[in-house]
Amino acid sequence: MSEQNNHSTVENTTTGLNHRKLLMWAFLGSDCMFFASLIATYLVYRGKSVTGPEPIDLFSIPVTSVSTFVLLMSSMSMVLAYAALTKGNLKVFRVWMLSTAIMGMTFLGFQVFEFRDFTVNHVKIGCEENNAKYTELENKFSSQQKSDYKKQCSEGKKEADIEFGMTPRTNLFGTTFFVLTGFHGAHVTLGVIWLLSLFFYSFKRGAVSADRHLDVDLAALYWHFVDIVWIVIFTVVYLFGVYEGF
Amino acid sequence: MFSLYKKILFIIKSWSIKFLLIPSLLLLILSSCSSKDPQSTFDTLGPVAKLQLELFYILFWVGLIVFILVAIAVFYIVFKYKSKPQDDIPEQIHGNTKLEIIWTVLPILLIAAIAIPSVQAIFASANPNDKYVNNNLIIDATGKQWWFEFEYPEYGLITANEIHIPIGEAVTIKLHSQDVLHSFWVPKLAGKVDMVPNNDNHLWLQADEPGIYYGHCAEFCGQAHALMRFKLIAETREEFEAWINHQKTNAWTTSDPLAKQGMEIFMSRDAGCYACHTIQGTDKAKGNQGPNLTHFASRTDFAAGIIENNQENLRKWLKDPNSIKPGNLMSQNAGVYNGTSDPLTEQEISALTAFLRSLK
Amino acid sequence: MTTFPLQISRPIHPTGIWNWITTIDHKKIGILYGVSAFILFIIGGIEAMLMRAQLASSNLKIIDPELYNQLFTMHGTTMIFLAIMPMGAAFFNYLIPLQIGARDVAFPRLNAFSYWTFLAGAIILNASWFLGGAPNAGWFGYAPITGKAYNVGHGIDFWIISLQVLGIASLAAAFNFIVTIINMRAPGMTFSRLPVFTWMSFITAILLVLAFPVITVALIELQFDRFYGTNFFITSAGGNPVLWQHLFWVFGHPEVYILILPAMGIVSEILPTFSKKPLFGYPVVILSGIIIGFMGWMVWSHHMFTVGLGPVANSVFALTTMAIAIPTGVKIFNWLGTMWRGSLTLNTPMLYAIGFILTFTIGGISGVMHSQAASDAQQQDTYFIVAHIHYVLFGGSLIAILGGIYYWFPKFTGRMYDEKLGKLGFYAFFISMNITFFPMHFTGLNGMPRRIYTYGSEYGWDFWNLISTIGVLLLAASMVIFIYNIVSSWIKGAKASGDPWDARTLEWSITSPPPEYNFAVIPTIEYRDDWWEKKMLKKAQEQPVSKDVHLPQPSYWPFIASVGLLIGGFGIILSIPVAIIGAAITMIGVYAWSFEPVNDPH
Repeated sequence: MSEQNNHSTVENTTTGLNHRKLLMWAFLGSDCMFFASLIATYLVYRGKSVTGPEPIDLFSIPVTSVSTFVLLMSSMSMVLAYAALTKGNLKVFRVWMLSTAIMGMTFLGFQVFEFRDFTVNHVKIGCEENNAKYTELENKFSSQQKSDYKKQCSEGKKEADIEFGMTPRTNLFGTTFFVLTGFHGAHVTLGVIWLLSLFFYSFKRGAVSADRHLDVDLAALYWHFVDIVWIVIFTVVYLFGVYEGF
Repeated sequence: MFSLYKKILFIIKSWSIKFLLIPSLLLLILSSCSSKDPQSTFDTLGPVAKLQLELFYILFWVGLIVFILVAIAVFYIVFKYKSKPQDDIPEQIHGNTKLEIIWTVLPILLIAAIAIPSVQAIFASANPNDKYVNNNLIIDATGKQWWFEFEYPEYGLITANEIHIPIGEAVTIKLHSQDVLHSFWVPKLAGKVDMVPNNDNHLWLQADEPGIYYGHCAEFCGQAHALMRFKLIAETREEFEAWINHQKTNAWTTSDPLAKQGMEIFMSRDAGCYACHTIQGTDKAKGNQGPNLTHFASRTDFAAGIIENNQENLRKWLKDPNSIKPGNLMSQNAGVYNGTSDPLTEQEISALTAFLRSLK
Repeated sequence: MTTFPLQISRPIHPTGIWNWITTIDHKKIGILYGVSAFILFIIGGIEAMLMRAQLASSNLKIIDPELYNQLFTMHGTTMIFLAIMPMGAAFFNYLIPLQIGARDVAFPRLNAFSYWTFLAGAIILNASWFLGGAPNAGWFGYAPITGKAYNVGHGIDFWIISLQVLGIASLAAAFNFIVTIINMRAPGMTFSRLPVFTWMSFITAILLVLAFPVITVALIELQFDRFYGTNFFITSAGGNPVLWQHLFWVFGHPEVYILILPAMGIVSEILPTFSKKPLFGYPVVILSGIIIGFMGWMVWSHHMFTVGLGPVANSVFALTTMAIAIPTGVKIFNWLGTMWRGSLTLNTPMLYAIGFILTFTIGGISGVMHSQAASDAQQQDTYFIVAHIHYVLFGGSLIAILGGIYYWFPKFTGRMYDEKLGKLGFYAFFISMNITFFPMHFTGLNGMPRRIYTYGSEYGWDFWNLISTIGVLLLAASMVIFIYNIVSSWIKGAKASGDPWDARTLEWSITSPPPEYNFAVIPTIEYRDDWWEKKMLKKAQEQPVSKDVHLPQPSYWPFIASVGLLIGGFGIILSIPVAIIGAAITMIGVYAWSFEPVNDPH
């Protein structure tokens, strides 16, 4: 029956709402619980890692702020695309749709860069006695890293170069961080594929049009949701992680 | 509507006599399991268990009365309103606000009344109050697959699967786990508290009478969960202190030649017992993977409280531990059992038995 | 759309097995759900009987400990996820569209996908028996015994993956029913006229949608620990086993209501019909259902009273748990009110409904006993808990489901069941279930922990355990009577009319079994219990027979997408290339599905 209702704007349903739109809202409610559980896990394990690194050792707020801004802007671009479509302006729709997808991909690019950056992170610590940086990091180091520092220093170097990267296996922070942001990244990826599909589909005659705006409306709803989730993640994981007092 | 209440009241009165039979029958059944069975939660011999049983009885009686009322109502309605051939369509009653209010408010009051002893009992069973004799005896209990290690930090003592406490004193037991979840439970003395890795739990208990109390792991912990038990021995303060003093001594001797040979096997690379078991006072046996065996022969049971500590059982255990406790880690890790070195001969088993039996 | 490469025309009039594989008719899917769930219920029952054999007496050596651990894990998981939940889904599928006056659910193909995915999950879980051993950590799989360090085989992997697949199935179904109930009600079918079963299903679906993601996350975390070496529940890295318990029970307690609310809905349909009276206090029953659904989120830690959360947390959860007894009690009183001054027909479904009130009251009362955190410390993880869970799930959910099967049997099959055999089956069932489960209260209070495969003779547990074991044999015999009655009546029972019970709700206004399109003319609803009221007012009209109703046509793709999940599920555990093949099949299925042509032009 749902198949029959795609074309009309006022739906032949009990509430007048479209089935698919209602489904989308139910799905987003469910997805909220999904992210809530992941964020709860992150918060439970915050500061409970046995070894480092910790958020403050890795995060670069300026860089992530840029990617956050890009993702926020993509939501605006999405709104403009939808508005253009409802007005029947397919060309403008395509421009905004593509820009939304590109901004989504930019965000993903930042994320890939960031993930890589975290895994290969190094610290340079001077070899003199009671080095301030070493004292600060000592209890975050694994025994491997401690012995590595001693070994490099005993070789007569002035400065030891210690691998201080983080993978999902390194510690609880790595585990919870990568799984939470990774699942968000997967949501964004799915969204980008969806947006691009609509973009390319719109070149087919009549496939995307003002009276079939619901197809785009659903993608937009999803996209905004993914965006909002990121704002929560950015605040809880990044800002709370770096700035004391939260 | 008023006549309806009268009717209900009348029914309750007239039926209550018959239905007194049921609770008394139930009581009979309950008393049958409140016997002196070793893990009966009715045979309470400590204040925590007593408190918990009191609360249980409150709930039991309230619940029983509620159930009987519901059951009376069900049977009464079923017999009274069973359809008859001449029945018309009954009056289409859609509800009754007064009744709804009554049967919402009554349970609320009932629940509110129960809530008070409920919360009191939660706090009372969490920590001992000033009413109890408290010499701050603390015992660290660690659950391991599948046995219990008990440490008396104050006395620097470690023992396994058998815990001694003085009677009439509140004892705090700190609960740890080395591997998976376990739970510490001595039904006659106190309800259980789980042993969770990375979480420091504790419980307190007190034994009012001397005796041997049964304990059981109550949280599923793997293959031999059913066979993870222990004994709690409550004794007078003097006996307890004597036991402590005895535990502090070294038990091993080399007077009996067979026991001496057993000790050599114990410490040998082939058998490798020493790698996992501690025998206090020896240079070599300092392992902590398995139970501390310093005063092994003084314990009533072994293999986590599942089998009586005697010559015959010990021989059986040393020959094939899996036949007594399937899945135990010794049979997996010790070379003589997992096939990486030659199995123990009958003579070696006799020597080891003699050695272990000498650890009084 | 004509150029889409994977466009295969929809099967028009498939026959034989293809009829069932491609069907998107909610009634056929309902029957598929019901029959599969019942078969799985029998498997779970056999697992239980094996365990009871081992426990019949002390020191028995019928089943070795490892197998015993697998049996209780599989028994619990099977009964909850593969038997009772899908039996509920069977009723949702068959009845909701009929009760709200719709021709199908909102997303018929998604509905087919839910069923086939459920079946895939069931196959994955049970395949573990033949692929290195079943899961062995209990149905709530407490960390860290589920971790690689303590559990090296693939059993837990099968458990994780099958629950994830089942989660997809449940979520898809729940989305579907939410949309169906909100959006496909016949004109005039307001929420205040909605049949109680549909109402309870609606609450259940909402609970499902919100609860399942939580266990999905818990399972993802466990899966990542096992498959990719992350640290969620690795205690040496600081992981906390209690996190698993919180996540599991935040899902698990709403899950309890997911299991019982449909049962309450079924009972709320049977009682009015056979009392010839409307449900007493309809708004109160609905409201208490909503309150139960809502408060179900605030009580999860009562499963964790012995974990060491501290007296403050224990008190809070003790109080919320006691409070949830109030709406439950109100429901029971309203059911009694429904029968009060009625004209009771004591046939088989009615007996089951009355039996439900009695046994569920026992389960409810032992539940309130467990809410006492202090005394629960003596009962937690003992057979007292086992008794409780069986009184609410067996004496609650299942007894109502069996009653529901009898009640709607004429509607489902168009035939009448054998009343004498039905009653005999009920009494046998009711008595033997009490013989089986009531003694567990005694063994539990006598200190018998759950999940032990053996016990010594000195504990004094032999007698009541033997009684339980005898009870389970009788229970099996009573199920044989049930199955015989259902199967033989299905084949050769007397033909049933559209409304054999002189019932109240819309599904009885059409023929038995209903035509494929359900309602030739979508009815207009004017009353709560519309069909009954119209019969009373002599306004009831037979539905005309129509040959002109266009329905969505069958489709291959939901089945293919589920087959992909099945292959992918095995692949994730056993071989990555296979997983990729499975994922690709699912992708193709979903993609082709979304571009599938609409019906034949009409």
